Amino acid sequence: MKRFIRSTVVHLVLLILTILCLVFFFLLLINATKDKTELLGDFSLIPGTHASHNLKSVLTYGDIPLLYGILNSMIVAAGSAFAAVYSSVFAAYGLYMYHFKLRNIYFAVVMMFLVMPLQVCTLGFLRQMEKIGLEDHLMALILPSLASPAVVFFLYSYLKSVLPKSYIESARIDGAGEIRIFNRIVLPLLRPAMAVQAIFSFVASWNNYFIPSLVIDTRRKMTLPVLIAMMRNADFIKKDMGKTYMMICISIFPVILVYLLLSRQIIEGVMQGASWNNK
Amino acid sequence: MTKKRKEKKKKQRYYRKWGYIFTLPFFIGFFVFFFVPLASTVFYSFYEYYMVGLMEVGPNYVGFDNYISLLQTELPKYALNTLILWLGGFVPQIIISLLLASWFTDARLVVHGAKFFRVIIYMPGMIMASAWAMMFFTLFSNAGPINSLLMTLGVVKKPVAFMSSVLGTRILICFMMFLINLGNSTILLIATIMELDLDMYESARIDGCSHGQAFRKVVVPLLSPVLSYIVITSMVSGIQMFDLPQILTDGQGSPNRTSMTLIMYLNRHLLGNNYGLAGALSVYIFIVSAILCFFIYRILNKKEE
Repeated sequence: MKRFIRSTVVHLVLLILTILCLVFFFLLLINATKDKTELLGDFSLIPGTHASHNLKSVLTYGDIPLLYGILNSMIVAAGSAFAAVYSSVFAAYGLYMYHFKLRNIYFAVVMMFLVMPLQVCTLGFLRQMEKIGLEDHLMALILPSLASPAVVFFLYSYLKSVLPKSYIESARIDGAGEIRIFNRIVLPLLRPAMAVQAIFSFVASWNNYFIPSLVIDTRRKMTLPVLIAMMRNADFIKKDMGKTYMMICISIFPVILVYLLLSRQIIEGVMQGASWNNK
Repeated sequence: MTKKRKEKKKKQRYYRKWGYIFTLPFFIGFFVFFFVPLASTVFYSFYEYYMVGLMEVGPNYVGFDNYISLLQTELPKYALNTLILWLGGFVPQIIISLLLASWFTDARLVVHGAKFFRVIIYMPGMIMASAWAMMFFTLFSNAGPINSLLMTLGVVKKPVAFMSSVLGTRILICFMMFLINLGNSTILLIATIMELDLDMYESARIDGCSHGQAFRKVVVPLLSPVLSYIVITSMVSGIQMFDLPQILTDGQGSPNRTSMTLIMYLNRHLLGNNYGLAGALSVYIFIVSAILCFFIYRILNKKEE
């Protein structure tokens, strides 16, 4: 009996948490299908009839070019993920396999900046972008990912657990050059870990708001989070709430869809990260 | 003999060269986008340097004046706001995470739909904070569905103005933080517990401890490295808190700047082109973050050994 009560309580709490995680998205979706008069009436969970109307009015609204935002965000996030993963896989392997003079300093820098908030150097960053001509340029959002200490640390730990140094030594004795070793042994071995890190870098960059809001001035170059934040001040927000709901929907539901498709890899990635940290 | 040694040295030099080549892209990225900006941020913090319209004032060297004048502004209040908002999200998050982790790893408890739940609970963290803030701004607005639901149910007569009270605004921000971060810490804890050697826990159970007692007394102490890791990484992201309050309150930190965070204040100085004050504020934040980073370094390094 006691066990039964406990089990019931547990499942009830889980159910409540599940509802909390989902209810807001659900309300948003329902409201995105309503127009002004439908929204003014009593609360109801029945979808309205103006989904396509709202969608159309969002996509043709020139002041907040949402489609450009999605495209820009795609470019920036994919570029960042690519830069972060490749630069980090090189760095992790370099740190793991070669004992060059500055290695210890290098490693200390990686650890020091492992979780350092980028915001602390934003002032200098903005001035630097002006100096090298990258202000208002998407590249200013992509290139900083070349230095992703957290990705380096993750891949370094992974290398340590899967690739004994003697492997590489014997490949060398067999006459393989360094680039060949890297391409033929290291990259294939690291591919699953790289994929996971690519997903995380992509998501982090996709969701980033602070730096893009300060770097980008031209509307058509803005990324999705910056455009969404602009809605906060838009004059239609009081007049046409259906449109506002639809805009938020467009920024959220594609992400949910992709997440559900990749959820197994993502959650396994988080769990693996935890288990290497603990070894 | 000497020939051999010479050859070995040559080889070492050869490999050293490859070490530099492999680490070069990271180094360039770090140098151009972190190190030089950080150095110039520190440099500006010692100068009086700002824009009035199109006119540039300074840069004039003023020593620590920027640091001192920042302390006389409302900065301490904003630091306190940041701390309150962080705690309000983090305390429930870590408690629920521990509770969930203890349930999910209790072999005597069959949890139905555990996999599904893990997927759902991690989902809020994937959604961008700016979309969260806009979503809550619309859903909890006076004419929004939450108020209309409350009125239809007869809980309240007039709409609740969530965002004009200090408590309401803070609760909304903390609640979003809680939902966004809950999945991550829960999954980290579950993964860690699954790797632990739970013999001690089993023998405690056989000796008559309840699951709760055994979990608290045996498992939680074993979790202390990962718990401190979670606490400190969460503090670092707490210091960075920006998107949620910025967008929810339109950058005002309303009501009465009680939800203004450190980075929102930094953002103001950056937009106002006050380079001196922005620099000094950045250095303050840098120092706090560096201390936290040092602790993370210690935790991770202990495991290395």
